[in-house]
Amino acid sequence: MARYESLLEAVGDTPLVGLPRLSPKWDDSTAHVRLWAKLEDRNPTGSIKDRAALAMIAAAERDGRLSPGATILEPTSGNTGISLAMIASLRGYGLVCVMPENTSAERRQLLEMYGARIIASPAAGGSNQAVAVAKQLAAENPDWVMLYQYGNPANAQAHYDTTGPEILRDLPTITHFVAGLGTTGTLMGTGRYLREKVPDVAVIAAEPRYGELVYGLRNIDEGFVPELYDDTVLTSRYSVQSYDALRRTRELIAVEGIFAGISTGAILHAALAVADRAAAAGERADIAFVVCDGGWKYLSTGAYEGTLQQASAKLEHQLWA
Amino acid sequence: MAIDVKIPTILRTYTAGAKSVSAQGDTLGALIDNLDLDHTGLKGRLITDEGGLHRFVNVYVNDEDVRFTGSLDTQLKDGDAVTILPAVAGGIA
Repeated sequence: MARYESLLEAVGDTPLVGLPRLSPKWDDSTAHVRLWAKLEDRNPTGSIKDRAALAMIAAAERDGRLSPGATILEPTSGNTGISLAMIASLRGYGLVCVMPENTSAERRQLLEMYGARIIASPAAGGSNQAVAVAKQLAAENPDWVMLYQYGNPANAQAHYDTTGPEILRDLPTITHFVAGLGTTGTLMGTGRYLREKVPDVAVIAAEPRYGELVYGLRNIDEGFVPELYDDTVLTSRYSVQSYDALRRTRELIAVEGIFAGISTGAILHAALAVADRAAAAGERADIAFVVCDGGWKYLSTGAYEGTLQQASAKLEHQLWA
Repeated sequence: MAIDVKIPTILRTYTAGAKSVSAQGDTLGALIDNLDLDHTGLKGRLITDEGGLHRFVNVYVNDEDVRFTGSLDTQLKDGDAVTILPAVAGGIA
């Protein structure tokens, strides 16, 4: 069925596609090692965040926190804001996004097209600072509704209810699930669902390692761990540098034809590390990983032009995921 | 056995501003003890009084988070790269 009564009903049920050229052992009758890409860029606003945004708004409507004409507030590096902006415009809510100023121009333009108001937070401090500014704004504007994706159970629940079941339906032989670590919602929700159904499944996190600016705290105690995060759901966690993320992003388009955003390159880097380990050990592996979004929103970052060294130097002070 | 340890900006007061320092140890715990000899006080910023890693400190050996590889008992070998980073909000959000 590919007919929907509204755009909101077209969220989710994204394709899972095999990567026969990038997989270490696609054709091996006993111990194949195969990579499968979950194409979340096929969601209505082009990212996996449509799932969490829709679930958080629906939950707030059910709870009575959101009523017509309300203003939603959210700290975001872009994708969640864009998803919320689309849904807010269709449902009649206002949206205020707190976004670090060192995010790509495309993200800001999209948000403005959807009618969202953007409050920039300082580049130094990255998303940490955006969260802090949003919390302060929430305190100053008690009538605004902060959905707060880092701590909202509906974020992880969206993936428990949809992403997890879709992956298991399409890949019953799954051995590994690899996704990006931001709010941790994708990994917590999908990971919990898969662990319940496939007890041996490995759940692997890939997190972006940014330039030093983003880690510019004044004190370790200003650090941040999302309230949703539960490390017992994970089996391993990789920190991926921009150079490696870019290298894999380019490999994905050159070898398999998938034009993805840079965070997907970081996820693929971790997925390939896992794949190589399985291949070396002679173990069968069916590794599903998340393509969070397409590359369109990152063209202005310079990620897709020049040498890898030049491109990763340009990303040094940007929030690329 | 020399292991390269990358120090985040926020902890460079302990390394006279150095971005990376060299230390020794068969395990991460031993390495941090060794680091503290030359950079007194650093251990106290990484490890809590209860003996575990500070909640807002992430340590990676060759890009893998040590909390999933044995934490302070994580084995080290010559040529490994250790990266210390504060926990911050990041990733697609």
